Amino acid sequence: MQKRSVFILSVLCFGFAFLYVPILIMMAYSFNASRLATVWGGFSTEWYGKLLQNDQVIDAALLSLRIAVVSATFATILGTLAGLTLARLGRFKGRTLFSGMISAPLIMPDVITGLSLLMLFVSLETLIGWPSGRGANTVTLAHITFSMAYVAIIVQSRLTSMDQSVEEAAMDLGSTPLRVLWDITLPIIAPAMISGWLLAFTLSLDDLVIASFTSGPGGTTLPMLIFSKVKLGVTPDINALATIIVCIVTLGVVLAGILMMRSERQRQLDEQRAQAEAAAPQPGIA
Amino acid sequence: MAENSDTKTDPVFIRIENVTKKFGSFTAVDNVSLDIGRGELFALLGGSGCGKTTLLRMLAGFEAPTSGRIMIDGQDMTGVAPFDRPVNMMFQSYALFPHMSVEKNVGYGLKHENMTDAQRKDRVRELLDMVQLTQFAARKPHQLSGGQRQRVALARALAKSPKVLLLDEPLGALDKKLREQTQFELMNIQDRLGITFIVVTHDQEEAMTLADRIAIMDRGVIRQVGTPTDIYEFPNSRFTADFIGSINLFDGTVAAIKAGKARITAPAAGCALEADTRYGLSTGDKVSVAVRPEKITISRGKPRSTAVNAVQGEVLDLGYFGKDSLYRVKLASGALVRVSKVNDQRLSEADRQVDWEDKVWLSWDARSAIVLPEERP
Repeated sequence: MQKRSVFILSVLCFGFAFLYVPILIMMAYSFNASRLATVWGGFSTEWYGKLLQNDQVIDAALLSLRIAVVSATFATILGTLAGLTLARLGRFKGRTLFSGMISAPLIMPDVITGLSLLMLFVSLETLIGWPSGRGANTVTLAHITFSMAYVAIIVQSRLTSMDQSVEEAAMDLGSTPLRVLWDITLPIIAPAMISGWLLAFTLSLDDLVIASFTSGPGGTTLPMLIFSKVKLGVTPDINALATIIVCIVTLGVVLAGILMMRSERQRQLDEQRAQAEAAAPQPGIA
Repeated sequence: MAENSDTKTDPVFIRIENVTKKFGSFTAVDNVSLDIGRGELFALLGGSGCGKTTLLRMLAGFEAPTSGRIMIDGQDMTGVAPFDRPVNMMFQSYALFPHMSVEKNVGYGLKHENMTDAQRKDRVRELLDMVQLTQFAARKPHQLSGGQRQRVALARALAKSPKVLLLDEPLGALDKKLREQTQFELMNIQDRLGITFIVVTHDQEEAMTLADRIAIMDRGVIRQVGTPTDIYEFPNSRFTADFIGSINLFDGTVAAIKAGKARITAPAAGCALEADTRYGLSTGDKVSVAVRPEKITISRGKPRSTAVNAVQGEVLDLGYFGKDSLYRVKLASGALVRVSKVNDQRLSEADRQVDWEDKVWLSWDARSAIVLPEERP
């Protein structure tokens, strides 16, 4: 018993070390006074200051955010429609093909997606003159294309697990199918749409390969910038930038976790209270 | 329809005409015809997969009949969408809108009605009063108990004052005590509003107490339609006799028929049986004699007449249920007969009149037994 718990404990420590030591080292070096990434030269916050004055980095970060927001939003709209079709349209001809094709981008290597989209944009430009050159717009389009599939899968699984009689009840009470979608289905699947949006947002923010293929002048996203900087050697300001990103992400995850825990606890409390009330004798109900 | 021209005197309010529903090669509902009157509380009773829910869903408009048609209040419902039918449904899962308060749930159907906001509010209040949920108006469905959810579902389905209310296993999710209470509430509400109720259930007790009339369904076919008394006392087949309550069946052949009574030779019983018959039987027909357990008298002494409807056996099993006891008696032929007896006297175990392994006589009145024709496959 004792032996086993020591073993489990050490495995746990090793696992966590594997995950977090690299990040911690990187964060530590972001406070390094030395210019050399691997030599500790004392504590300093100079790189954070330099980072904030670096317009190139700030611009790239803002562009990445803009692309992520726009592409996540469109991907959510399109992905939800695809998910609805898959879950609710019943068995139509070519359903299997459609569902297979919708999930293809999930397994397609980014290099291939990027390359094929590049070819598409180039040939479209020669054919109809749009998009004229590549940049932020083409990156956004590319991101919509590949993150839409993720949203569709999430929305579809939520829809299939949802009690369909709720929709029927709304229709029974006089709502047309479109009204049912608006009044009932969309509010119920909203959490799935939100997580789909967040996933699409993260995917877009994180993407380097597809963006590199489909971008052009004026379309340098943050991952592209970092990558090109790292090619010339790791500099402490990149460490600082990464530390900031890690902090933001951690904050977001922790906040979301707290909110979810709180609402779950509230829900359990509500249910317990309802049960207790039902068990207690109620005057006036006979 | 010619006979439907005078709707005022016509008791037919819902007419199901030769309705068949197929799912692929599976026939869920097989050529069902059924008339239901205005203001009736009608129950569709049957085991799972018998087609009762499919029939209900066709009435609501969620499924279209493969052939045949449904008329409600003289209107052909073919091609009429669920949201255009004068019918509302209470779902088995209640299907409450999880993101809306009780008030919003109940008022949802009124959104598209031609009403002012004040009228709508009044109507919701009135409905919540009816189901005694006024104090819970602001709650969300997950903050309610099962019984309360059931009442929200009922109020919501009644909000639009439908001509017909369809109820899919309305009491299925409630515990036993609550079920009884809710059952009477349902009946009271139906009585007060005069709306036609069609209840789907697999629970025969529920159907018997709730309904004015019951249709028993089996494998997509209606086996018998009638009042609870009709169905219990005058089953038309072995299937319904066996389905509702428990029953003892003796197979035999008709030996003679006299004055509405048939005399049957049944080898398993070991004596001649006499029973009422409602069917045009003739001598030599193969039949079953059916006797309900509670209609049999069990005694250690010889009954007054042993010529007919009196058999001898040995008590094999005895079940004591408090208000009544159930005996399983083995006849000489090996046949088992179930007898139930109301414990109308307070007796200790030692004073028990009939006990295990006692030799007993079983007897019953000719009017308590019924002859059933042999099952047509």
